[in-house]
Amino acid sequence: MAARRLTARPSPGATPVAQMIRLQNVSKTYFTKGKRDGVEALKPVDLHVPQGQIHGVIGLSGAGKSTLIRCVNLLERPTTGTVTVDGQELTGLSRDALNQARHRIGMIFQHFNLLTSRTVFDNVALPLELMGVKKAEIRERVTPLLELVGLADKASHYPAQLSGGQKQRVAIARALASRPRVLLCDEATSALDPHTTGAILELLQDINQKLGLTILLITHEMEVVKTICHRVSLISGGELVEEADVGDFFTAPGTQLGRDFLNDFLELEPPRTLVERLEESPGAKTHPVVRLAFSGDAVSTPLISRLARECGVDVSILQAKVESIQDRTLGLMIAELMGDADDTRRAIAYLETHDLKVEVLGHVQRDD
Amino acid sequence: MSSAMIELILEATLDTLYMVAISGLISAAVGIPLGVLLNVTRPRQVLAQPALNGVLGIITNVGRSVPFIILMVAIIPFTRALVGSSIGTNAAVVPLTIAAIPFVARLVEGALNEIPPGLVEAAQSMGATPWQIITRVLLPEARGGIFTALTVTIVTLISYSAMAGAVGGGGLGDLGIRYGYNRFNPTIMLITVVILVVMVQGFQSLGDYLVRKSDHK
Repeated sequence: MAARRLTARPSPGATPVAQMIRLQNVSKTYFTKGKRDGVEALKPVDLHVPQGQIHGVIGLSGAGKSTLIRCVNLLERPTTGTVTVDGQELTGLSRDALNQARHRIGMIFQHFNLLTSRTVFDNVALPLELMGVKKAEIRERVTPLLELVGLADKASHYPAQLSGGQKQRVAIARALASRPRVLLCDEATSALDPHTTGAILELLQDINQKLGLTILLITHEMEVVKTICHRVSLISGGELVEEADVGDFFTAPGTQLGRDFLNDFLELEPPRTLVERLEESPGAKTHPVVRLAFSGDAVSTPLISRLARECGVDVSILQAKVESIQDRTLGLMIAELMGDADDTRRAIAYLETHDLKVEVLGHVQRDD
Repeated sequence: MSSAMIELILEATLDTLYMVAISGLISAAVGIPLGVLLNVTRPRQVLAQPALNGVLGIITNVGRSVPFIILMVAIIPFTRALVGSSIGTNAAVVPLTIAAIPFVARLVEGALNEIPPGLVEAAQSMGATPWQIITRVLLPEARGGIFTALTVTIVTLISYSAMAGAVGGGGLGDLGIRYGYNRFNPTIMLITVVILVVMVQGFQSLGDYLVRKSDHK
């Protein structure tokens, strides 16, 4: 496994915001004995995460997201490419220097990975012991961390006595103990119930804001991306196929996979009874059924009533949903546009000029 | 029963305890590190050394496949060179220890295999060196399993020590054979067996207690 070492160091000040994580041309191929061709788990990818950002990588299982995040702290040695964290090229470091660098990169896991033989306190103290921090200082540093994650009263408990959410809180405190600049989250909420997931995400967001910690997380849950990420990458077949600000991704995904994720997440599919009546092409006496996605100003504009006034089209709303994504509002609606062919065509054009995404799902026969 | 007889039984009991204690201590001192080495040199472990692992594995297996009674007589020259005699309790300690080392090693290796790989990975992500992973993650996490391994070893050593006694090693086995069997003294035979049962029971209870105390799963 010879890692190709590119010596390109990021020139300081090249970008206005410091790049905290930079993956350049990073790929990972697993070779098995006796086979010449390996399995390419990760095709060469580039990923840049600026300081202070929460970046999510979302993908289905087997897409390569676990390999990707494990390449960041070199738990997985990339086959090609360079990994740079906080200006330090990890792929070029000696074993000892890498261990030092890892103190600056915290990591939490799906299954928490706490030591069962240690109390909550001693689990959080572990990274400090590894760094050779003195006992008295360990005590001073661990207690505030337990307070931060809300487990000060559980210091002398063993992990087996805690719930899943509490275990992940301990793991977060442990990951923060060495005062890292970066936190890697490997499916950190996938083993938790929705309520607990929400609480853990809140804690991560809190940490991001309070400590200015850069967070890279991988997940298969859109909810996670929606709740705390600033930016999102979509991974499929070992490739990053799309990258966008979270607001943009949820309003207009750029790939089919992105749309699939979004539709699954929003669960806004036309009702079955309607689908059965849908015809692909318009007939003499049909109305179009459309899916409307609107965000930003369009949400607060009374477009539906204007449609009726300006285009002479009545709108029958079959389904509707409003989601808050970060600071944006995203509206989704499935509606039947009732009017004659010319009017409905004009109505669709009108909606599109007002920044709505209009998708014609099909046509239904008029009732009259 | 004569006081001479009681003294004989007492002496034999102490001899057995002596043999078990010395061979138990030495085999733990060598077997635990060997077991750790067997575990951490496996492919994809913290100190992956497949070649070394293979060699250690073969040596361990050879040690474990020789029946104790054969091992005992086969290494007589070695025993004599080491302790100056091939009979007596000190001479019995040598084959007992040699038989117990690979036994302990395999059991300890098994206990370490039970540790979820995620724990090692977490420690690596914190920048732990292989030595730190062994001393702060693997050994503490396997503490219960290691106590179990040592308990099984002690019980096995008690039984082996009786065998060593049969060929002049002293101890309760020697007493049972010479007085109980050869001289048809059923009382001695019974006493010997009862003492061995109590001894095994005692070590097992102690072991169980230590396992329970170190288990927080």
